[in-house]
Amino acid sequence: MTPPAPLGKDLLGLEPLSGEQIRLILDTAEPFKEISERAIKKVPTLRGSTVVNLFFENSTRTRISFEFAEKRLSADTVNVSSGGSSVAKGETLVDTARNLEAMRIDMVVIRHGASGAAKFLAERIESNVINAGDGTHEHPTQGLLDLLTLRDHFKRIEGLRVCICGDVLHSRVARSNIWGLRKLGAEVAVCGPRSLLPSAIDEMGVTVFSRIEDAIEWSDALNILRLQLERMTAGYIPSLREYNKVFGVTRERLERAPRDVLILHPGPMNRGVEIDSDVADGPHSVILPQVTNGVAVRMAVLYLLSGGKPELAEAAKTGKA
Amino acid sequence: MTRPVLLTGGRVLDPSQGTDMVADVLLSDGTVQAVGRDIGRPDDAVVVDCAGLIVSPGFIDVHCHLREPGRADVETIASGARAAAAGGFTAVCAMPNTDPVIDNPAAVGFVVRQGLRAGAARVYPIGAISVGQRGEALAEFGEMVDSGAIAVSDDGKPVVSAQLMRTALEYARTFGIPVIDHCEDPTLAAGGAMNEGVVSARLGLKGIPDEAEEIMAIRDILLARLTRGHVHLAHMSTKGSVELIRWGKDRGINVTAEVCPHHLSLTEEAVEGYDTNAKMNPPLRTAEDVAMLREAVRDGTIDLVATDHAPHHYDEKEREFQNAPNGIVGLETALSVVVDSLVVPGHIDFGTLVQRMSCSPARLFGLPGGSLRAGTPADVTIFDPARRWTVDPTKFLSKGRNTPYAGMTLTGRTIHTVVGGEIVYSLDERREGK
Repeated sequence: MTPPAPLGKDLLGLEPLSGEQIRLILDTAEPFKEISERAIKKVPTLRGSTVVNLFFENSTRTRISFEFAEKRLSADTVNVSSGGSSVAKGETLVDTARNLEAMRIDMVVIRHGASGAAKFLAERIESNVINAGDGTHEHPTQGLLDLLTLRDHFKRIEGLRVCICGDVLHSRVARSNIWGLRKLGAEVAVCGPRSLLPSAIDEMGVTVFSRIEDAIEWSDALNILRLQLERMTAGYIPSLREYNKVFGVTRERLERAPRDVLILHPGPMNRGVEIDSDVADGPHSVILPQVTNGVAVRMAVLYLLSGGKPELAEAAKTGKA
Repeated sequence: MTRPVLLTGGRVLDPSQGTDMVADVLLSDGTVQAVGRDIGRPDDAVVVDCAGLIVSPGFIDVHCHLREPGRADVETIASGARAAAAGGFTAVCAMPNTDPVIDNPAAVGFVVRQGLRAGAARVYPIGAISVGQRGEALAEFGEMVDSGAIAVSDDGKPVVSAQLMRTALEYARTFGIPVIDHCEDPTLAAGGAMNEGVVSARLGLKGIPDEAEEIMAIRDILLARLTRGHVHLAHMSTKGSVELIRWGKDRGINVTAEVCPHHLSLTEEAVEGYDTNAKMNPPLRTAEDVAMLREAVRDGTIDLVATDHAPHHYDEKEREFQNAPNGIVGLETALSVVVDSLVVPGHIDFGTLVQRMSCSPARLFGLPGGSLRAGTPADVTIFDPARRWTVDPTKFLSKGRNTPYAGMTLTGRTIHTVVGGEIVYSLDERREGK
């Protein structure tokens, strides 16, 4: 009889997790980082497991990151994207998943445009479900890789001041970050135009800055969200030019800060809109280490959900567990 | 010829005459003959023992969706009329947003005929305000009224044009019918899936602010003032709307309003977990709104309770929250939900319940019934005020199963429903598994 998995069956978001569970994932990711640095980037941990990457929305970075994580753990992977699949023929989400499950799979990684889609799926199939982004709800592995990157740099999360900048209203990255950071004891702020913040933001336990200058002065780190171009056509903001002028993170603004501010961005970036190139490529940017950490964090999640024991993660990477 | 029916020993509760006493009720020839003790027993009478039960004028639901024509797979007028009877409703008013829309006398006549054929609760058609409910040209109110329509509405969507609403209110005055509006500013509510607030922010669902309803509510109240027409505001859900209705009534404006049982009993918290059976429009709001709506039912600011019964196919609700349709079935749970959310906690007594579910709808919509006065149609609801039962949607007479109350134990149950002197529904104790 195996004891219950430390994370439960699924990873649907960071809101349902405890601080302890989040720390466990980050700690488990540590030994997995090293695998990607080897010449032979593969361990046999998930050999024989089948993972389906079910992507109903376009994604390059997240899908590839999951695929690397799965392959480096020796899982068999299948990618399903909505275009050209049975989904395009009108099949419902639950029918698609049940058909895949009938082929005997172990895990599903799902990206979907509807909030709650991952939970909907998880309640209807027996496989483990990992949420790779559901609508404007959560993107837990992005939140985790942001936490890991912050912890790498500052050696702690507790007491850090992190400001999430931009379109919080439509951002699943923002929600996962807010939950993860708060559960690990960080102070969280958001900064953006009020038209792109949830109207109930004041009840969400975060500080709200209207001006980016104030946010920079307060912060140890900025997590700068991508501004979707369709927000302008939908009338949430008047123009990208004004957005950059008022909310853009520029070198001049950072140089006025009382301390060095770490720069995170979940990508893909709009250079010259929410972030200037010299900030993105500057000395305090950890945007590429975020991407590297993404693979390790996803390996940790796959490992833990498949029943891997956290204390054996070190041994797993040498192929002994 | 139907045999007379004698209802014996029940608590006869008829606010239209101020009656509240243990008595017998004799029904024959389709009308109420007598209410009282020692009123005699015709030899051929069907005797129904009503001891321990409440005998009241039949409930009337002024707002339900029976889906026929167009979606007979999810409900028919017959199945809806039977579900209504099972819920204690002796009459229901069917909204016109079917396919095709009920916007002409022939379509109105179809609903009337299907209702008569069903032989359960009476079915009164509501005609559309605009042709095809497109919000452009006024439908033919006069011809629809002559064919049996009792009100007009574009329910399912708002009347966006203030000018069209003004004309509708003026024109409806000619025929003495109310104009029912679904109050929703379509630009504020666009894409919304639930109440806007902290829960929607957490769940990442687009919210619908209270103001989407309130802006249209006050517009309609002001247009009723302008036209002196009768505007009836459907499914009110917010505290602010109650304040606006109160403002209108204080000024003698001809505005009436309804609330649905779910808005009296559930809050936005029910959406947690993305339960599509908690998705309706207007959305479930907050505890503060629920408290205000309960108070408004008590003090009469909200005139009546209506179900907004909205059956959907299982597959349509079995999907991602934002893509699922709005609405729940309500005919067979309405009485119990009102008992549990208003009577049991002491906000209202059973007399007020009967007022809001029978007398007021009859009076405000000019419908027969709503009273047990001798000579009125013999439409009677007999219910057990204390009976506890657990909601099992598979036992519904409606074809719809989409209810957030599944598995809940509720108080109050219809035992018999009498329409035109005929018992059209009796609770089947065997089917109850007792």
